[in-house]
Amino acid sequence: MIRTPSLLRRPFFSSSSSPPPPSSSCILPPPSLLRPHLISTPISLRCSAADSRSPPNREMATADNQQDPRLAGIASAIRVIPDFPKAGIMFQDITTLLLDVKAFRDTIDLFVDRYKDKGISVVAGIEARGFIFGPPIALAIGAKFVPLRKPKKLPGEVISEEYSLEYGTDKIEMHVGAVQAGERALIVDDLIATGGTLNAAIRLLERVGVEVHECACLMELPELKGRDRLGDKPLFVLVQSSVDAHDYH
Amino acid sequence: MSAVKDEDPRIDGIKTKIRVVPNFPKPGIMFQDITTLLLDPKAFKDTVDLFVERYKGKNISVVAGIEARGFIFGPPIALAIGAKFVPLRKPKKLPGEVISEEYTLEYGSDRLEMHVGAVNKGERALVVDDLIATGGTLCAAMNLLERAGSEIVECACLIELPELKGRDRLHGKPLYVLVEYH
Repeated sequence: MIRTPSLLRRPFFSSSSSPPPPSSSCILPPPSLLRPHLISTPISLRCSAADSRSPPNREMATADNQQDPRLAGIASAIRVIPDFPKAGIMFQDITTLLLDVKAFRDTIDLFVDRYKDKGISVVAGIEARGFIFGPPIALAIGAKFVPLRKPKKLPGEVISEEYSLEYGTDKIEMHVGAVQAGERALIVDDLIATGGTLNAAIRLLERVGVEVHECACLMELPELKGRDRLGDKPLFVLVQSSVDAHDYH
Repeated sequence: MSAVKDEDPRIDGIKTKIRVVPNFPKPGIMFQDITTLLLDPKAFKDTVDLFVERYKGKNISVVAGIEARGFIFGPPIALAIGAKFVPLRKPKKLPGEVISEEYTLEYGSDRLEMHVGAVNKGERALVVDDLIATGGTLCAAMNLLERAGSEIVECACLIELPELKGRDRLHGKPLYVLVEYH
């Protein structure tokens, strides 16, 4: 049985102290994906900038109740595949976004606009979809790119961080010497669900003295509360999607 | 038909940034580690620029990258030349309907997959990976793209191990590399 995610209606808000606007900022993208058989599921859009470190006046520049017009194209280019990798999971497939030249470029531009001139010298991307979005951002902001990989993929000396899965554990690894203490980093992945992997990435970087400036993802599944597993690190996402939290861990 | 641009002044800077790790993943293999190149923003940018300069304006609408290191170099090239990016992945990673191509390893075989509908008939494609060794994976990648009806313009890699003759497994299509390792 295919469960259709409920619409997530949450008004756009900023980290400033002004109250959220009264109207919902939910937009239904047209079901206009590339091929008729692709499934389009309505998802709400929210440019969420929960960065308590930004001065309020900087956040106000984006907090004017108007979503960036590029977000609609980005959200509608993401395809939802039901029951992958297992029954009940609505998988957010970004490969269709990569087929839309404008939407892919807009995605990168939105991150680059946010992170250039912030003194970020490291963009860390989580294998494998973080490898698609991290490097273009790194190149545009003049930062180095550091791949965070599954065990035994990196050839040199590594440090590892273990994290829990629903059943068992997994590890991510980074090359020794890739980053230096005191560098400022951005962590990039396509999606944050429970936040377990991102949390491990933060720990890995902090262990070597790096300051994690923010985590950046295209998509968030907010009901899984991944944001709460990032400690004091802010999260920036372009799009949110509602899920049945029961099937995710 | 190949080009190794050792005249371009940027090549030397790129070459020196690639780290060789002996005996990985097993004894006797001198592993070409490109992660050290990614730590040098100028060298990384030069790498991408060299490919972009070659492929811009050639009416290439698809850049296919082979998991996982092809995912690092393919997208920046695709974005710069205005092409779509198509990830070619190990089995069971892509969530939608796929076509698969099997290829031989030293021991056993492996498979590469591509989403149905990612590529259209007649599209001109570039295949990108960090390195070509025996050419088995690139050959499988080309098969996937050709089965979907696209025309392979060229295969592009940072590094070639010429003694493994991977170049000869590319269906007669050209190969462009920045650096050879002997």
